[in-house]
Amino acid sequence: MSRHTLSVLVENKPGVLARVSALFSRRGFNIDSLAVGPTEHDDISRMTIVVSVEELPLEQVTKQLNKLVNVLKIVELDTSQAVQRELMLIKVKADADSRSHVLELVQLFRARCVDVAADAVTIEVTGTPDKLEAFVKVLEPFGIKELVQSGMVAIGRGARSITDRSLRALDRTA
Amino acid sequence: MSERMTGAQALVRALEHVGVDTVFGIPGGAILPAYDPLYDSAKVRHVLVRHEQGAGHAAEGYAQATGKVGVCMATSGPGATNLVTPIADAYMDSVPIVAITGQVASKSIGTDAFQEADISGITMPITKHNFLITDPADIARTIMEAFHIASTGRPGPVLVDIAKDALQAETTFSWPPTMQLPGYRPVTRPHSKQIREAAKLIAEARRPVLYVGGGVHKARASAELIRLAELTRIPVVTTLMARGTFPDSHPQHMGMPGMHGSVSAVGALQQADLLIGLGVRFDDRVTGQLSTFAPHAKIVHADIDPAEISKNRHADVPIVGDCKEVIGDLIAAVEAAGLQGDYDDWWTVLNGYKQTYPLGYEEFEDGSLAPQYVMERLSAIVGPDAYYVAGVGQHQMWASQFVQYEQPGTFINSGGAGTMGFAVPAAMGAKMGRPDAVVWAIDGDGCFQMTNQELATCALEGVPVKIAVINNGNLGMVRQWQTLFYDQRYSNTDLQATRRIPDFVKLAEAYGCVGLRCERPEDVDATIKKAMEINDVPVVVDFVVHQDAMVWPMVAAGTSNDDIKIARDMAPKWESDDE
Repeated sequence: MSRHTLSVLVENKPGVLARVSALFSRRGFNIDSLAVGPTEHDDISRMTIVVSVEELPLEQVTKQLNKLVNVLKIVELDTSQAVQRELMLIKVKADADSRSHVLELVQLFRARCVDVAADAVTIEVTGTPDKLEAFVKVLEPFGIKELVQSGMVAIGRGARSITDRSLRALDRTA
Repeated sequence: MSERMTGAQALVRALEHVGVDTVFGIPGGAILPAYDPLYDSAKVRHVLVRHEQGAGHAAEGYAQATGKVGVCMATSGPGATNLVTPIADAYMDSVPIVAITGQVASKSIGTDAFQEADISGITMPITKHNFLITDPADIARTIMEAFHIASTGRPGPVLVDIAKDALQAETTFSWPPTMQLPGYRPVTRPHSKQIREAAKLIAEARRPVLYVGGGVHKARASAELIRLAELTRIPVVTTLMARGTFPDSHPQHMGMPGMHGSVSAVGALQQADLLIGLGVRFDDRVTGQLSTFAPHAKIVHADIDPAEISKNRHADVPIVGDCKEVIGDLIAAVEAAGLQGDYDDWWTVLNGYKQTYPLGYEEFEDGSLAPQYVMERLSAIVGPDAYYVAGVGQHQMWASQFVQYEQPGTFINSGGAGTMGFAVPAAMGAKMGRPDAVVWAIDGDGCFQMTNQELATCALEGVPVKIAVINNGNLGMVRQWQTLFYDQRYSNTDLQATRRIPDFVKLAEAYGCVGLRCERPEDVDATIKKAMEINDVPVVVDFVVHQDAMVWPMVAAGTSNDDIKIARDMAPKWESDDE
């Protein structure tokens, strides 16, 4: 099994997320991560879906997704040609003794401390899944009280945009 | 030109504009506003059915007999959920229908209001697309979009759920609206490079087969198919959904492939070196065990739905496009190449199978009726211009095997979903779509008891369908599996026909139909002829047949097509592969 990152442009309409996620479960494909949000165009939302499948099922996923009427475009992002980021918020035990150690790690990982309490700090960190995993590992000895993580978002490198052509399709029907 | 009117009026006007002449349905609370303007429509005839499932299957039968979009209508909650089975059926068999359902008022959605069901959520995986309308201004455009989606590309069911307050509120109606479907672009033109590749494989092949499915008739490409077959001299198999698309009487026709296919069709697929799949989906009922299906064959697979190509079996030459265009282009490419494949040896093998293993059946020594004989006589007396509409089970397979189909689309049945109870309402819909044609439902006694309430609709609406109930007093196909695979332990398959509960003749009469009964082979012709003479009311014929008749040949579920049996413990002898 290999991990694939799909960027899916969809019409910004109610129920589209349900259609996409229902399709994955109905066809028996597991989603590793899914992030959805607005784009530079009001009418278009963008989903970044990470799936672990072989090539052949991936082709089937893509074709089935393409059949959804609200799906405008699907692009598989080549990880070497794309910027991929996840966001994580972590609440770590940190009292007067350990706080400086924790803050040092925050510096090293170019993370940010976003909240401080007497015996804990909350840290914001963004990066690739590998970086986040490494960060969690070094914080574990201090005691992780709570952790929340976003799905991965990704964008292709270079000047080209995957939204341009889809927008033209929208204009034609407007 | 725009006019002020209610959402309900806009709905009826939109239906008139898209060309709807028949709607099958049942009113109820949430859809009630729509029924008021419908009452006045001179163009749309509403047929009041007895159960919403009947409305859905009737819409399917209408759609399949006419090629137009079938329409059914129901209220919210249970009315809508009763449409789920026909919607799923239409999805599996790519039948263009539009289901219109009432929904509770928009403010009540999500509150578990009376007769509320999330029908757009429920039907999400079994519709091509669905809509929930809460603004009356969206009604006209959505209806146009729904009909467009249902009828183009790979056809399928579309559900339009309309909140009651959207039906009641005033809106401005103008026609035509502008469709907003930026993500819907079905590909119909095949790629010329792929066509050339396919033509090359055809010329190189020694054992090619045209594997023809429902997509060819849906593309109205029967004439093109016959031209391609005759031009290339390639043998043809027609799947359950394609019966009649290539004439049964044609010498190049090898029969139906699959679990109950003919030896010649199954053998042709298994020993082919090239399959040209046209509008097919390599369904498990055709392929048997996938890993041993057509093991020597290269695959050319043409379908309008890209997701079908290489879904089950890898296609060496994938072609996305409408089958009419694909076949037309293939003809041109084969002619241009001027290459004629050498298939003489292949024809020798296949003609051998056809002669050695024709379809046959057992007659019973006690003088009771063989169901296959009923099919043969129906076919001979009624002829190939009629529509035959089957339910699901043994009778369906016999109807496919022993009725001779010569015209595309004349065999209507529930293929992918296998919906028992399909035949009576679908026959009603087919007859309403084709009032001048003879329509015979061929049903089982199990199936018939699921949806025969629509006999009332047929009798009252003047829809003189004819229904042959193949009554073996059992859930026959399940019984057959119990005979073969469950040690003859007949758990819950005996419908106790000997007690005649119900008596189908009396049942027919109670519904205002003519009821006939036939129990002996010598009475079959006279009974069919009598049924053919009655054209003012529906006729139900109770053909009481032997309960031990079985469907042969058979490829047991999950086994290889190579292990096809022509009768119990009897396998055909294959020609050894000479390559």
